[in-house]
Amino acid sequence: MRLRTTGAAAAAVLALSLTATACGGGGDSGGEGGDGEKIAIGIKFDQPGLGLKAKDGGFEGFDVDVATYVAGELGYEPDQIDWVEAPSAERENMISRGDVDFIAATYSITDARKEKVDFAGPYMIAHQDLLIRADESEISEATDLNEKQLCSVSGSTSAQNVKDELAPKANLQTYGTYSECLSGLTNGVVDALTTDDAILAGYAAQPQHEGKFKLAGLSLSDEHYGIGLKKGDTELRADINAALEKMVEEGAWTESVEKHFGPAGYDPGEAPEITEKS
Amino acid sequence: MTSLLYDAPGPLARLRNVLYTVAFLALAAGVLWWVLAMMADKGQLEADKWLPFVEDSRVWTTYFLPGLVNTLKAAALAMVIALPLGAVLGVARLSDHAWVRGVAGTVVEFFRAIPVLLLMFFANTGYAMWTDIDREVRPLYAVVTGLVLYNASVLAEVVRAGILSLPHGQTDAAKAIGMRKSQVLAFVLLPQAVTAMLPAIVSQLVVIVKDTALGGVLLGFSELLRSAGLISANYGNTIPAYLVCAVLFVALNFLLTTVANRLESRLRRGKRSGGAVVGTERLEELDEAGPDRPVTKAGGGRVRGT
Amino acid sequence: MFDFLDLERYDLVGAFWVTVQLTVFSGIGALVWGTVLASMRVSPVPVMRAFGAAYVNVVRNTPLTLIIVFCSLGLHQTLGVALMGGRDFDTINFRLAILGLAAYTASFVCEAIRSGINTVPVGQAEAARALGLSFTQVLRLIVLPQAFRSVVAPLANVLIALTKNTTVAAAIGVGEAALLMKDMIENESDAVLLVFGTFALVFILLTLPTGLLLGRVGKRVAVKR
Repeated sequence: MRLRTTGAAAAAVLALSLTATACGGGGDSGGEGGDGEKIAIGIKFDQPGLGLKAKDGGFEGFDVDVATYVAGELGYEPDQIDWVEAPSAERENMISRGDVDFIAATYSITDARKEKVDFAGPYMIAHQDLLIRADESEISEATDLNEKQLCSVSGSTSAQNVKDELAPKANLQTYGTYSECLSGLTNGVVDALTTDDAILAGYAAQPQHEGKFKLAGLSLSDEHYGIGLKKGDTELRADINAALEKMVEEGAWTESVEKHFGPAGYDPGEAPEITEKS
Repeated sequence: MTSLLYDAPGPLARLRNVLYTVAFLALAAGVLWWVLAMMADKGQLEADKWLPFVEDSRVWTTYFLPGLVNTLKAAALAMVIALPLGAVLGVARLSDHAWVRGVAGTVVEFFRAIPVLLLMFFANTGYAMWTDIDREVRPLYAVVTGLVLYNASVLAEVVRAGILSLPHGQTDAAKAIGMRKSQVLAFVLLPQAVTAMLPAIVSQLVVIVKDTALGGVLLGFSELLRSAGLISANYGNTIPAYLVCAVLFVALNFLLTTVANRLESRLRRGKRSGGAVVGTERLEELDEAGPDRPVTKAGGGRVRGT
Repeated sequence: MFDFLDLERYDLVGAFWVTVQLTVFSGIGALVWGTVLASMRVSPVPVMRAFGAAYVNVVRNTPLTLIIVFCSLGLHQTLGVALMGGRDFDTINFRLAILGLAAYTASFVCEAIRSGINTVPVGQAEAARALGLSFTQVLRLIVLPQAFRSVVAPLANVLIALTKNTTVAAAIGVGEAALLMKDMIENESDAVLLVFGTFALVFILLTLPTGLLLGRVGKRVAVKR
């Protein structure tokens, strides 16, 4: 008899697995972007000031504002937007697969990326910069970083730029996320955190970091943030470019910059000229 | 067995144990004090870093709970698919037919050798290219697929070891009463092997729960560890967020092991014999018994007592 | 098709060499610490048994990523542990990663050895005690040597898992295979699938021989009973 109970248990597990998979397969309806109902937009979920999953579960940041405005111009209300997390390594793939209609996630326009996707914009020009402690006095230019502890995230080009060209003796630490670098900066183990100034400003502007950090203001590179979209979709690109121009004209662009970067004293300058036209 | 390594403690040994305990506790207290002092020194004990976890319910409703649900969903799906699949693969490696053994062996060895993260990525790309699974659930599918492929391979080895550890009299007796090969497996060998292998199976289930965390960063699957990252981006409390996340993982896995142990003692209760507990440790017997030997053939295995 | 594999720009061999180093050093560390833990778990001192059990249960149930990150954020940043690496991040992180991997893997080694101890026939320890050997002598001279020989295969599985787990060290910036992979993904975004394929292949090449070789060794040294 005991064998039978075990057998029944095994059968139950098997049945459960089948129903579970069936359930998983059931929820496939809706969601595919571009069907007039919803629009899927790729953003970052973990970058304060640009794209952040906020405490109430909504999304906030400059990239989010730009994307919302563009979607509005394309005929989508904010509640028709599906926000999708776009991890850096997956961005090109997400666009070419059609997972998202477009991506606004600190996405620099580069020639390598243009092989796979098209860009609209740029909607902002960021520069590689350093974030240092507010009381730091020894670092005022990139060469000061020699013999200093520098932090960035793995897989990013900004850290390698500094290391290769500006301060070869800098001691470079890479983490998976910027949060860990910030923790090191607070603890004094790290002297500077390098990446695009827009990203740095987002962290510096957070209420719990206010007054603790400052930007060095170095402008080590130009990063043209563009909106990535499917290669060859010239119509969408033209529409997005028109929307971006309108956003700047109406003053919504400046307003959003002020709101998200103002507290950190960061000024990205005038809105850039749209260059990515066919 | 373990208690046979030393004599029952006498008065002197008991006194020594007390001294050891006091010394150990003093050392532990010292380390704890040092850690707390250093944390306070670096501002890690500040109230605004920790209070969100008790005062701000949004930490839980927006981040941790959805993350926990996703982790549980992925882990549960992976478990219920990997267990039967692992059993099938394990049995297949003991098949009478050489080609079945060969195929199963190749599959198991192949998927055990690749890091799970890469398996997940390949699954994600594969699903995107060849199926029309919706984007919203694709990371979940990819995570589950990666976990299933890897853990089914490991579980296959566990099941194989469990079957090989059974006394050969079981097979002989089952055949003597006229059971077919499939019946011997389904009604005699598998139920006993699974019971005997429960500790090893449970530790593999814990691995599944922990490995869901791999899907977070690369695939954007919002599981528990990823949610801790989002909390630290919002509240600027990286170390506390990760610490709470670790506590949640440990609690979850502890719960899982406790439930599994209950189930195990229940399955084993009243079992006359042959219910030996065989843990991961008994995997080595595979090699003793010969890796590719069919079990259902007469005289194949070796009688093993407990 | 293989443009992405620019060996002058990407030090593939060097990165996998770091992977191998991490595996070897943390493997040795885990073996030693795991053996100590296993001895604690069977020792006559209750507080040691409690510590061993608590350590294994906590460490084994925590995701490795968290353990590695704690090594950097907690041990190094907060507690100031630099493991004699001075202020050089490459050295410190490499050592911290070895420490974390060894601490994590030791809990699995401990459980494997403990079960190995259980396979040693009771008579062995009883005979040793009858000769008047102390606990440490029984363990060191009689039980552990036999236990090790019967757990070579499970330890091989632990070693294979460790080899793959070294990829987690990328989380704190150790320059091993996974970190190089991230760089290549960033720069060669048009060949991501090929990049992943290459790394999967090298990992198969690394782990398959380990398993086969140690399987042989295990069969050789097994105690015939």
